[in-house]
Amino acid sequence: MHNQTIAELAKGLQAGEFSSQELTTAHLARIKQHSGLNCFITVTEVEALAQAKIADQLISDGKAGPLTGIPLAHKDIFCTQGIKTSCGSKMLDNFQAPYNATVIERFNQAGAVTLGKLNMDEFAMGSSNETSFFGPVKNPWDHSAVPGGSSGGSACAVAARLAVGATGTDTGGSIRQPAAFCGITGLKPTYGRVSRYGMIAFASSLDQGGPMTRTVEDAALMLQTMAGFDSRDSTSVDKPVPDYSTGLNDSLAGLKIGLPKEFFGDNLNTQMAQVVEEAIAEYTRLGAEVVEVSMPNINLSIPAYYIIAPAECSANLSRFDGVRYGHRCEAPEDLNDLYIRSRGEGFGSEVKRRILIGTYALSTGYYDAYYLQAQKIRRLISDDFKKVLSEVDVLMGPVTPTPAFGLGEKTGDPIEMYLSDMYTIAVNLAGLPALSIPAGFVDQKPVGLQIIGNYFDEARLLNVAHRFQQETDWHQQAPAGIE
Amino acid sequence: MALTTEEVNKIAYLARLGIDEQDVDSYAKELSGILNLVEQMSSVNTEQVTPMAHPMDQVQRLRVDEVTEGDQRALFQAQAPDVEAGLYLVPKVID
Amino acid sequence: MEWETVIGLEIHAQLATKSKIFSGASTAYGAEPNTQACAVDLGLPGVLPVLNEQAVHLALRFGVAIGAEIAPYSVFSRKNYFYPDLPKGYQISQFELPIVGQGVLDIEVEGETKRIGVTRAHLEEDAGKSLHEDFQGLSGIDLNRAGTPLLEIVSEPDMRSAKEAVAYMKKIHTLVRYLGICDGNMQEGSFRCDANVSVRPKGQAEFGTRAEVKNLNSFRFVEKAINYEVERQIDRIESGLSVVQETRLYDSDLDETRSMRSKEEANDYRYFPDPDLLPVVITEALIEQARGELPELPDAKKLRFKEQYGVDEETAVLLTHSKDTADYYEAVISASGCEVKLCTNWVTGHLAGALNKDGLDITQSPIGHARFAGLLARIADNTISGKIAKQVFEALWHSDQTADEIIDQKGLKQITDTGAIEAIIDEVIANNAGQVEQYLSGKDKVFGFFVGQVMKLTQGKANPGEVNAMLKEKLKR
Repeated sequence: MHNQTIAELAKGLQAGEFSSQELTTAHLARIKQHSGLNCFITVTEVEALAQAKIADQLISDGKAGPLTGIPLAHKDIFCTQGIKTSCGSKMLDNFQAPYNATVIERFNQAGAVTLGKLNMDEFAMGSSNETSFFGPVKNPWDHSAVPGGSSGGSACAVAARLAVGATGTDTGGSIRQPAAFCGITGLKPTYGRVSRYGMIAFASSLDQGGPMTRTVEDAALMLQTMAGFDSRDSTSVDKPVPDYSTGLNDSLAGLKIGLPKEFFGDNLNTQMAQVVEEAIAEYTRLGAEVVEVSMPNINLSIPAYYIIAPAECSANLSRFDGVRYGHRCEAPEDLNDLYIRSRGEGFGSEVKRRILIGTYALSTGYYDAYYLQAQKIRRLISDDFKKVLSEVDVLMGPVTPTPAFGLGEKTGDPIEMYLSDMYTIAVNLAGLPALSIPAGFVDQKPVGLQIIGNYFDEARLLNVAHRFQQETDWHQQAPAGIE
Repeated sequence: MALTTEEVNKIAYLARLGIDEQDVDSYAKELSGILNLVEQMSSVNTEQVTPMAHPMDQVQRLRVDEVTEGDQRALFQAQAPDVEAGLYLVPKVID
Repeated sequence: MEWETVIGLEIHAQLATKSKIFSGASTAYGAEPNTQACAVDLGLPGVLPVLNEQAVHLALRFGVAIGAEIAPYSVFSRKNYFYPDLPKGYQISQFELPIVGQGVLDIEVEGETKRIGVTRAHLEEDAGKSLHEDFQGLSGIDLNRAGTPLLEIVSEPDMRSAKEAVAYMKKIHTLVRYLGICDGNMQEGSFRCDANVSVRPKGQAEFGTRAEVKNLNSFRFVEKAINYEVERQIDRIESGLSVVQETRLYDSDLDETRSMRSKEEANDYRYFPDPDLLPVVITEALIEQARGELPELPDAKKLRFKEQYGVDEETAVLLTHSKDTADYYEAVISASGCEVKLCTNWVTGHLAGALNKDGLDITQSPIGHARFAGLLARIADNTISGKIAKQVFEALWHSDQTADEIIDQKGLKQITDTGAIEAIIDEVIANNAGQVEQYLSGKDKVFGFFVGQVMKLTQGKANPGEVNAMLKEKLKR
């Protein structure tokens, strides 16, 4: 059962082959069995079974939708009412959100089952899931490797078949990079497509939630539920949501693919380049036309990102002050002591680094040189994308410069870690949609292909990615020991 | 661009962020490294470039002036470390 | 040395919206602590702000009223600092691009008109409140006020005395209430100001170092705090010390300002555009709409009152300082159909006195304009004398009856029957032969005695003018 996709399971549920309660119970058992992967921060067994029961009723009443009764899990960045929402931090270890994120509400309304909350880098700051207060997640393909981050728990849970699908969030690659490392499909939608309400903010102008699934078809189903206007989010875009499933099989004949030459430079190891090139060759067989394009400013993505994201996070994380919720230090002497110790104890070192950098970049005398300059570079990068996307339909390239690196390999050097996001970050700066699909293996570890589309062109991205999955079986591979 | 430990302490105080005395040096080193990484931005001439604060070229939507939220004090304060008489308690505020 | 004072004011006017600037929680005053602080106001993880349309409209209305430039594009920024009444650790405010730009306002001080520049007015959210009592050395935080919309109106440093500052603040106070954008209630904190005060030797072009006196919530305190601060600064300079740029708090009990410890540390607010909010775009159509919503403004109304009703400057100011008073006055004129002068005298005289005595404003007057007009009409048509009218006024104040009902019930109608008055006059003359003698021998003063006697016997219901005339006639003989 656990090897089936959302689309397949929905058919089975509706045909009465099995119930949602059986399906949920089976997944809960798998979660226990593979608890060593450390995917989950919280497993909501009781709530999940109650939701499954309701879903079964809906199914027998003929009121089921495509996600009714499907066991999913959510990154612990989405607020879930009455359930611990930790954001991977000691700061919120004791926090039970008093409300549901819009994304959670939407899944609830669709009748989906929530198995629990998934491990992640603390406040989504990290690329390896090693900054989590709850310990690192293992890569299911290689237990000595990282699953990627920050949505590492989500990627691992889907790859290990502990949840049929999961939510993730992507600020600089946090959906695509772990999806690539774990060999699954991950979509970061256009900024504003999925509501950010109730999704704990890291960098507000970059954050975007999206689906992480085994197949593109499933990603389309999840996105269908997640996407849409939310009046509680000023940055949510009021634009009709197309049907993401109908065009999945459209022909790719004449599709124009751009390959940014900056993505294929020295940083990309040859084996990785080979996997990507083979994937692109598959597309030419499907009738697509490939051209090289250039985005001269894209190499400035990492510098701009590592000012903008920390600047925004330095303010976003000020609310964690030990007054209204979250960690509070013992016996504060005075107000400053309350703030300094509560925050000092509640945040881990990567979060602190980013708060410090952001605070510095915004402070008097440095604002123009850092923050403002970063915003201008952001414009240049965005303009580069606009230009090339007026010439081609989609862009393709690698997701990461290497396959999953080893646990502990990069924790000693933050910059080394930051550089692993070099191919994903630019998309967030521009606000574009992009996805990662499994395209092969290097060193027995999965490698992803990144496909970037134009604003609100998720349907086309899904179509392009789905056709690849019709021709290949990379996405059907399962890590050893979890079949 | 290298940050001194003094500067690190100053920023940490601005951010009300406790960092262990023995870690200040390594923070200074790491933060200096990050500043070096972002340094390459300064080589770009951006005089004519409009800063980009948002990825979407959109304008603020306005909310109708209606009261839509009721009293949820009990629910919210269940998460609070210290409350009394409906108030959040903190060490004495000195004006 | 002769010193010159330089003052600029930052006035915070709470905008009269039903809900908060970025959330749907109520702004009503006086609720139980934290019952009107919703998830957004508390800064719970994951919540987001959405801007209140009415707050924007009210800010625009103010902008067009002072002839200011309206920014076609304005931006909300985060002002970062830690304080327990500031839940998110930043205040959402406008920094580089405020919604209202340069404008002007004329004030009158001692008969002189002076033009004060308004630098800008911007939208921002208010903070909560810290309560210091009763928590064993702890402070209690009430966040009901957090997120209440404020318009911060920043003046140029154009004022040169506490009196000018008060005149300016009163002018803005009148204006915002005219515009219906702020209830102006200073006790409840809906209208308060910070004063930037500095002194310099007269004739010097550069400004002196300024101190900012925070949270002044009455006109009297503004005046006293500025005067104290000016003296303090002059004293320091004259004794060889310098003025420190700092934030000070006015203590009304001690009538002094003192340095605010909490704000002493050099603050670095690290303003940057709030990424949760998008640029606010104001169209020409919206500005036109705001213009269309403008009522007659205080200065225009004052001028019209002087012309139309022939009142002097002082009276015009009295009648127009609040729109409610002006509306009441005009309603009385039109309902009573009386001579304007009578209405003016009664509104600014007896009614104003009575309201003042009971600490009421015109909207709380126990006598509505219709009943008041009814009283004036009876004075005008001689049904009652001015003296009796005061008695009727008393009765109106304490009941719901009309003037006519009271006059009827108490039999206060003026005696118009000349025969009856004549008989009483005859009686008075007959009973006071001695006084008649004195009067006839040239002691004119005695005349008042006769009038008094007649009025006493008629219980004040005779028309004094008529009594005078008849007495004079009778005593001739």
